[in-house]
Amino acid sequence: MERLPKWADVVLVPLISLLLAAVIAAVVIVAIGQDPWEAITVMVQGSVMNSYGWGYTLYYATSFMFTGLAVTVAFHASLFNIGGEGQAQLGGLGVALCCLMIPWPHWSLALIGATVAAAAFGAAWAAVPAYLQARRGSHIVITTIMFNYIAAAFLIFMLVDVLRPDGQMDPATANFPETVALPTLNEIPVVNLLFTSKVPANITLFIALGMAVVVWALLWRTRLGYAIRAFGKSEAAAKYAGISPFGIIMVAMLISGGLAGMMAINNVMGEAGRLLQNSASGAGFIGIAVALMGRNHPVGVVLAALLFGFLFQGGAELGLWTKIPIEMRIVVQGLVILFTGALDMMVRMLLTWVFNLLRGGRAARGAV
Amino acid sequence: MDYATLLQILDSSLRLATPLLFACLAGLYSERAGIFDIGLEGKMLMAAMASASVAFLTGSVWAGLFAGMLASLMLAGIHGIASITFRGNQLISGVALNFVASGITVLVAQRLFGQGGRTPPLEGDARFTPIILPLAEELRGVPVLGPLYAEVISGHPLLVYVALLAVPVTWWVLYRTRFGLRLRAVGENPAAVDTAGISVKGLRFAAVAITGILCGLAGAYMATALQAGFGREMTAGRGYIALAALIFAKWRPVAALWACLLFGFFQALALRPDVVEAVVQVKVPVPFLDALPYVLTVLVLAGFVGKAIPPRAGGEPYVKER
Repeated sequence: MERLPKWADVVLVPLISLLLAAVIAAVVIVAIGQDPWEAITVMVQGSVMNSYGWGYTLYYATSFMFTGLAVTVAFHASLFNIGGEGQAQLGGLGVALCCLMIPWPHWSLALIGATVAAAAFGAAWAAVPAYLQARRGSHIVITTIMFNYIAAAFLIFMLVDVLRPDGQMDPATANFPETVALPTLNEIPVVNLLFTSKVPANITLFIALGMAVVVWALLWRTRLGYAIRAFGKSEAAAKYAGISPFGIIMVAMLISGGLAGMMAINNVMGEAGRLLQNSASGAGFIGIAVALMGRNHPVGVVLAALLFGFLFQGGAELGLWTKIPIEMRIVVQGLVILFTGALDMMVRMLLTWVFNLLRGGRAARGAV
Repeated sequence: MDYATLLQILDSSLRLATPLLFACLAGLYSERAGIFDIGLEGKMLMAAMASASVAFLTGSVWAGLFAGMLASLMLAGIHGIASITFRGNQLISGVALNFVASGITVLVAQRLFGQGGRTPPLEGDARFTPIILPLAEELRGVPVLGPLYAEVISGHPLLVYVALLAVPVTWWVLYRTRFGLRLRAVGENPAAVDTAGISVKGLRFAAVAITGILCGLAGAYMATALQAGFGREMTAGRGYIALAALIFAKWRPVAALWACLLFGFFQALALRPDVVEAVVQVKVPVPFLDALPYVLTVLVLAGFVGKAIPPRAGGEPYVKER
């Protein structure tokens, strides 16, 4: 059996996986008595047919770039970080404390401070599961999941009992001061020629794109990145080469948690302007799908984040304009993870078969 | 804390331990056969939705139970195809199926009942009702043991006793039958099983199917016995806690019973802030109690378990030699 050409492996496998996920999603929509064609029309109309829709799509995509990169870095060290959700919520706490406690003179300084705080809080939340994996061998998948639940409870405590201003009913912090509000795309010169109405996508988008470059450089252009990837490929070989498993697990998870935490500057500082309960709203989990769909490469992650931004915004439109519940997007997310992450072999076998058929046909014609 | 309160807490510990125990034993079969399954959560959720819906529509809890097991088996089948037939990543497959279950349960319940993804409350024959064990009332007068028997051991729905019975049955199957020996072998050294002319895939599929059935029982118990109906995300991480219990128990059935009872006890404590407060003499915020089972799970995983060694071939797809 011949192998697949590289371009097919990189481009066709994710696309076919996506197609399969879409077909099953359509079947689900039919099964609950709705019209898939109407669904896709509503989704496209509401997310990419005008600049207002794009403003939301890009806003969600920004968050998913951070969480997707977070999962990617951990994956390269063969660690499965499912804790992005909790790490992003802790990042939100870091951003909130930073914006509320320090009187920032200008948003640009606040942005730097908040980014550092978000990354530090996210990394700190990832540090415990990382340590337990590295030193005690506790399975990181289960500990990070537990830390998601613990983070949710901890944030409820912080929001209800500590940070909630007197006289306010809903569990949230006070509004951040006006001076720390980040410029949205419609407020940035040049970009505002495209975005004329108020959109939530903000300057964080460029930080996310920058982080994609940084992660690429880190993984493929530095000694540390090499050590992370070597450890991920073979722990035994990495150990033999003098790479410390403890160090790599810690560093990879801290970077991963930091990236997941940084997503909070997008949603907490850039959009809400205060910290709400359940602020990450599932973006941490979507990072898993984004990383798998993007084949654990920053370029793929950015593209997959855009795709999921579309799905997320489109899914919200479905909830608004059709009878399809908003949970449809969780189903699609699950299907994409299933096809790209677990059934990839099936897709590859299918493609190899098709390719061999084509090759066989050509060879037969050549013989005549 | 007086004796009556203690009995109440033990009583609810047993009720809360039951879904954990079903799910934990479910995971035990799968992992002992070398298939990791973090999709216990999703299977439970799917079964909870299916059983509550069918029980409501037919008015029969037995029809509901059957539907729950069937729904859970479907997810188990997909996990089997992904991880056995196509040798995919078992962790990722489990995570994916958890998301699918999380979304699709709400979609289906919304389509059927239009109540925001819940089922209507179940009543009468659509639920499992408590069974009073013989002589419970008569023996209540016996000091200490009488109330223990009447309050804690007696008066649970049938599935609680089924779960308790599943422990010795699992032990017997695993250690006293040919199937059990082969199941354990396939999780440790599939190549040896293959050499003996026994199908690795067949054994693993059988294990995954048992996992499906047990998760079905767990979910059905949650929706038709512990609570009266399905609500979104009602399993609330119990599938993962069951996994932690499985590691705590080092993949052994009898130890799994004790681990699940312990985690059930943690959950029962979280429901009684007043008791916790009376014992520790400090007011504990409710979110801390909610987080307690998860924190304790982490502490348990962090190494008060000694060295937990998983089945050696766990998580690795078997490639038949050619």
